[in-house]
Amino acid sequence: MTSLEPVIKTEKLTKRFGDFIATNEITFEVYKGEIFGFLGANGAGKTTAMRMLCGLSRPTSGKATVAGFDVYRQTEQIKRHIGYMSQKFSLYEDLTVLENIRFFGGIYGLNNQQLRVKSDGLIERLGLQSEAKKLVGDLPLGWKQKLAFSVSILHEPDIVFLDEPTGGVDPVTRRQFWAMIYEAASRGITLFVTTHYMDEAEYCHRISIMVDGRIEALGTPAGLKTKLKEPSMDGVFYQLARGAKRGDS
Amino acid sequence: MRTIRFLLQKEFRQIFRNRAILMLILVMPVIQLTILPLAADYEIKNINLSVVDHDHSPYSRQLISKITASGYFKLQGYHTSPNAAYRLIEQDRADLILEIPPGFERNLVRDGEQSLFVAINAINGMKAGLGGAYLADIISDYNHDIRVALSHPPRFSAAPFIEVVPKNRFNPMLNYRFFMVPGILAILLTMVGGFLSALNIVKEKEVGTIEQINVTPIKKHHFILGKLIPFWILGNIVFTLGLLVSWVIYGIFPAGNIAAMYGFVCVYLLAVLGFGLLISTYTDTQQQAMFIMFFFMMVFILMGGLFTSIESMPGWARAISALNPVSYLVEVMRMVVLKGSGWAAILPHLGAIFGFAVILNSWAIWNYRKTA
Amino acid sequence: MNQFAIFIKKEFFHVLRDRRTLLILVGMPIAQILIFGFALTNEVKNARIVVVDHAKDNASRSIINRIAASNYFEIQADVMDRDGMETAFRAGDIKLALVFPPSFEDNLAHQNHAQLQVIADASDPNSATTLTNYVSSIIRDYQTELNEQAALPYQIAPQIRMLYNPLLKGAPNFVPGVMALVLMLVSVMMTAISIVREKETGTMEVLLVSPFKPAWVILSKAVPYLLLSLINVLSIVLMSVFVLQVPVKGSWLLLFAESTLFIITCLTLGIFISIKTKTQQVAMLVSLMGMLLPTVMFSGFMFPIANMPVFLQWISNIVPAKWFYIIVKSIMIKGVGIEGIWKETVILCGITLLLFIVSLKSFKIRLQ
Repeated sequence: MTSLEPVIKTEKLTKRFGDFIATNEITFEVYKGEIFGFLGANGAGKTTAMRMLCGLSRPTSGKATVAGFDVYRQTEQIKRHIGYMSQKFSLYEDLTVLENIRFFGGIYGLNNQQLRVKSDGLIERLGLQSEAKKLVGDLPLGWKQKLAFSVSILHEPDIVFLDEPTGGVDPVTRRQFWAMIYEAASRGITLFVTTHYMDEAEYCHRISIMVDGRIEALGTPAGLKTKLKEPSMDGVFYQLARGAKRGDS
Repeated sequence: MRTIRFLLQKEFRQIFRNRAILMLILVMPVIQLTILPLAADYEIKNINLSVVDHDHSPYSRQLISKITASGYFKLQGYHTSPNAAYRLIEQDRADLILEIPPGFERNLVRDGEQSLFVAINAINGMKAGLGGAYLADIISDYNHDIRVALSHPPRFSAAPFIEVVPKNRFNPMLNYRFFMVPGILAILLTMVGGFLSALNIVKEKEVGTIEQINVTPIKKHHFILGKLIPFWILGNIVFTLGLLVSWVIYGIFPAGNIAAMYGFVCVYLLAVLGFGLLISTYTDTQQQAMFIMFFFMMVFILMGGLFTSIESMPGWARAISALNPVSYLVEVMRMVVLKGSGWAAILPHLGAIFGFAVILNSWAIWNYRKTA
Repeated sequence: MNQFAIFIKKEFFHVLRDRRTLLILVGMPIAQILIFGFALTNEVKNARIVVVDHAKDNASRSIINRIAASNYFEIQADVMDRDGMETAFRAGDIKLALVFPPSFEDNLAHQNHAQLQVIADASDPNSATTLTNYVSSIIRDYQTELNEQAALPYQIAPQIRMLYNPLLKGAPNFVPGVMALVLMLVSVMMTAISIVREKETGTMEVLLVSPFKPAWVILSKAVPYLLLSLINVLSIVLMSVFVLQVPVKGSWLLLFAESTLFIITCLTLGIFISIKTKTQQVAMLVSLMGMLLPTVMFSGFMFPIANMPVFLQWISNIVPAKWFYIIVKSIMIKGVGIEGIWKETVILCGITLLLFIVSLKSFKIRLQ
């Protein structure tokens, strides 16, 4: 299942925008093969943290390595080893399902044969055979999200970053999504998932909870519930985030 | 290299799927190139002449018919008072007033000299200057006729007459179309290249797909090349369409080296596209990109030497023109199409545009950040 | 009405928050009017020419001196053979060449007739004609002096008065023209893009399903841009008066009233474009690429409309900038009052009304 080899390591990672400290000295590790839930309210700083780890944003201070590569100086190597699914849907709406898959696969360096095999496999797994030649913009949201996720792991990366992957999706699709996440984890891919749905926290191996830019809790769901004497993750979160200045409470 | 192939595939697919844009890129320039040159004509004609004739003599009538016979002036009407005529100038229904004083004929014969009063609407200084010059010429000619009629031949030595013999090189018929068509094509090409490339990267930024690109190991310069090449090809297509329109509709066939012209256009497109890409790396929304591009386009186009001549501009404006790619293209187009120039003649222009292309594209690549 | 005010407020916030765009929208017209006001002129100056004097007599030298003294010409060389001239013309190094035949003065004195060859680069017919005319007028002045020395009888002396622009400067023509051009393009672009943007991002739908009448929603978008454009008009006119030395001879109030009308016309056109297009890209291409050159060409400040073929003259009648250019010229340069421009004003009103009705109709169709 999970081994104790950290694939993501951060030490006092900080991002400032002028006077505003979005991410405040966060320190944590994520181990190979685990599903790590990065929780927090909206505005708590999750997306900022994730973008730094993906090499999309340069930290203000602190240290971090992803897949062994430094987030300051080796962003291009990091990108070779990771996949990413952004909060805002970012596949090309005016290209078909097949064209999107082939495009991103090609960008990641898959050769023609691999592309063919993987895209066929992916389409079959998602049941999109009749939609393969349709424009992605015409698909319903749930299918788009599943497609985006599948594209992000097409090249079998070491780590996949998912930013609010189930936002706005119906419960059935959400379950299917998590099934896909588990399936990816069983293949050895580490998944770093941000979400503000507390019940999804139960699906993760370990989680951290960010409040106002700081990590206020880090551990397994069961462990945290015991520690804070709360029966559910909702309760855990409520306790921690009660005094939060940023967020939707 | 493979990456570029994928990028190009994607870009072309997106372009061809967008019917509206494709139509705009291909059809609009053709329509504009067909219609607009017909509007371009600086020739001085149709000057509306208002006459206030206080004399009503044969002389005044002869003068007036001589003036209207010249073809430059159109008789708008006769008025009894200068004020009525001035009102017409205010209303833009007359451009020029000729006032013939009372007793013109009689006084000229008796005293040997008379004045005529002319008022010209000089808001368009050039038109007024030339119009006045033509009128002065006609009056002087008329003066000569009067002299000949009134004097008996040996009483005066004829005025020495210097005849200006004009010879018009490259465009003997002074056909304005020859001049405007290549120029308008140059402008259209610039607009297509500039606007499309400026919008492109910004659109991906606005929609969010650029994040997905930035998170891949794709190289910056590959990405930018992937954006340049499709529009470069489109630009060449638009240019070819333009040449066809010039030939079929206006009968203009380049007198010079077509290969040289294409060679220049290829490099020119790189420069213009590079400029658009550069702007799109500096802006976050399509709206901003559009306004900035609009500003530069206006400057490039109005100061490109097509509508007004560059030499007449003040020094600082001429310096700006050295940085204006459109001025180079307009000149090269004219040189090749009308003067029959070849590679040798356009070499300095080619060098300058090549410099622009290199600088602008490098700047765009340097400024593009995969990591914010 | 209160709802309308709420919407207008929201739109103002949108506009004011986008600092960069705001800067561009306010600064750009100022920059443009300054650049074009100073740089654009119909005159031809500093033209590089070559004079070849085979005569080298008093007459030719006298004429050449006058030519050298005028600012129209810059004599590059006084020796050149045919081939050299041809190369120079081709390379664009010279625009004109004057050739005096060997016995110029002699011919003038004994036959009362001499020829002067003026070779012009007619690939730019405008420059060629103008320069040739400049030469002709210098020659004419010279001839007049000779005539006066000859004391010819029956002199008719035309006294020419240049109205409104005695110094024949470029600015009085170009400032109103650029003003019309810039105001039109910017106003159209601003509304077209902002409304389509909402369509593209989907926020428009939210507004449309609200209980507020859709027409108000759209109008509320135009209001901040109306204000912005009026600020632009003020800055352009101030620049024109104080920096370009082109004063407002007529009524400032009338100028602003007419500008308001024109801006409303353009905003309505922008609204129309935004209803008809689906994406920002298309809206932009239509309002920029589609309108830039036609507005420059048909507004009348670059090319006289009277010279155009008739069907093009009709086309120019639907270009609002054409009418506004006439209005601005009349008020600013001629000092005319409403009596002189009521016709153009009515036409602008008519165009606005037409655009408004068509927009409303298209909009309703969209909704169904």
